[in-house]
Amino acid sequence: MSTTTTHPAVAVATAPAPAPVAHSPIVNWFSDGWITTRRNLIKIKRVPDIVVFTTLQPIMFVLLFTYVYAGVINIPGSSYTEFIMAGIFAQTVVFGSTYSGSAMAQDLKDGIIDRFRTLPMSPSAVLIGRTNGDLMINTISMAVMMGTGLIVGWRIRSSFLEAVAAIALLLLFAYAFSWVMAFLGMSVRSPEVINNVSFLVLFPLTFISNAFVPSDTLPTPLRIFAEYNPVSALVQAARRLFGNVPPNTPVSDVWSMQNPELTVLIGIAALLIVFVPLSIRKFKKVSSR
Amino acid sequence: MHALDGLDLDVPKGTVTALLGPNGAGKTTTVKVLTTLIEPDDGVAVIDDIDVLKHPDRIRPIIGVSGQYAAVDENLTGFENLDMVGRLYHLGAKRSRARAKELIDLFDLREAQNRPVKGFSGGMRRRIDLAGALVTRPKVLFLDEPTTGLDPRGRLGMWDIITTLAGEGTTVLLTTQYLEEADQLADSISVIDDGKVIAKGTSDELKASIGGQRLEINLVDSGDSEIAIAILRRFGHSDPTVSADGRQLTVKAEDAPVALQAALAEFSSRGIRLYDAGMRRPTLDDVFLRLTGHMASEEGAENGGSNKSSTAKKSKRAARKDGTKA
Repeated sequence: MSTTTTHPAVAVATAPAPAPVAHSPIVNWFSDGWITTRRNLIKIKRVPDIVVFTTLQPIMFVLLFTYVYAGVINIPGSSYTEFIMAGIFAQTVVFGSTYSGSAMAQDLKDGIIDRFRTLPMSPSAVLIGRTNGDLMINTISMAVMMGTGLIVGWRIRSSFLEAVAAIALLLLFAYAFSWVMAFLGMSVRSPEVINNVSFLVLFPLTFISNAFVPSDTLPTPLRIFAEYNPVSALVQAARRLFGNVPPNTPVSDVWSMQNPELTVLIGIAALLIVFVPLSIRKFKKVSSR
Repeated sequence: MHALDGLDLDVPKGTVTALLGPNGAGKTTTVKVLTTLIEPDDGVAVIDDIDVLKHPDRIRPIIGVSGQYAAVDENLTGFENLDMVGRLYHLGAKRSRARAKELIDLFDLREAQNRPVKGFSGGMRRRIDLAGALVTRPKVLFLDEPTTGLDPRGRLGMWDIITTLAGEGTTVLLTTQYLEEADQLADSISVIDDGKVIAKGTSDELKASIGGQRLEINLVDSGDSEIAIAILRRFGHSDPTVSADGRQLTVKAEDAPVALQAALAEFSSRGIRLYDAGMRRPTLDDVFLRLTGHMASEEGAENGGSNKSSTAKKSKRAARKDGTKA
């Protein structure tokens, strides 16, 4: 731009000020939530990393596990492909919810949170938009994984409604987990640290479970961990609702494994009740540096 | 722990006030308190008769903020960034779009209108960020180091915009590390250090207090320094300061070009050899040296470190910005 001869800002301040439209707080709340969600949807579209992790990585996992391990891991009365899919679904959506952690930390670092916090918007909107972004990422991943799974021989052996319930449980659990990650992202403040820590925590959580092998095959300490692991309940619920539980497999007596759907619902509610208010409170205090 | 310490500040309506100080002086903290981002332990902040600490929700609709780092979303286009801000001010879809277009024209952002901000220069980002602060007509505009990190061209462009806004009567509080910037833009300058205002006044008043231009010479032979000091004392208007190695001499001068010519003639006739000689404007370091006895720059702070780090910071904080009363 021509720096000294033009006055690009002429009339910026004297032009008639656009006054806010008077809406009820509820309307504003929905509007703010939608605006920040749209911001995150645009990001999914424009950031190649996210596209790769949302689509190619799930395809790779489905192919790796089904073709590499299906030959050596024998599930009596079922195929490993059918057994493994619920585990891949659960692992992928749980990891998908970590975007909220690194994204909140990054936004904080970049000062974008400061910008939002000086605007007269709802304090929950940025978090709602961010967690909705994760939900969208996970929805796309689920669709990609289910499509790939169907191609390599996975089948839904239950009703349509049960399958929908399985998908809903997986996505809702991950959504609730996004709020945990958002809170951690604002607390830890470093996108790199939050990424590393979530790998350290989530890999054991997803692998020491019934996701990839039946938990009764594990050594006792790991088996006990796996039986109480919430990811196991999620996998078991999805497996049951998709009709992929191998017949005659012993199921642990642990209550959460006997009632996995209810356990997951309670878990989702508990995470949301604790971390939604906690995250919003945190958001109202955080500022860059 | 305490970034502000009894800081007292008044910004009259329709004026530009600069907070001038080095890194860590408390400039950004002051802006953060006034823009509802952080709550001080203690103190009062008022904008347009509204208590900032008690009613942050009534402050946010009337302020515009452009932070130290251009807080734009890299993945959104220039238009999308501004449109988003408009909608979050609750202007509605139609007027947000119209205002975003208007600002893109006014700030010469057409290049970045339909392309993601990622990949554009710092100057472009700053302009988008500043435009974002002006989506509504704010009663008070806060600019935290608006030109830090910009190249000279970007800096001039930003100065031009701020000058124009000031001409239109926008109340502006800006922070800067550069005396020249405060000089160019502000009606009134508050120099802050360790969370306190240590001097305030118009730029002329501050300059008068530190005494205009300097003559600075570098001797080839430090053995000449005694006689050189005597010469500079004759043509300058202060006691010359001498660097540690005895080679660099600095003196205030009222009519610097004339004083420099006369001094050079004298050096020449006495056969004193110089590496270089010249005039310079007073810098922030000069202001700080004068006001606090330590240097403003980070290197200076290290040299004078004992001086600065031992300054105890107390918990009392006060920041006031009064758009109407003052």
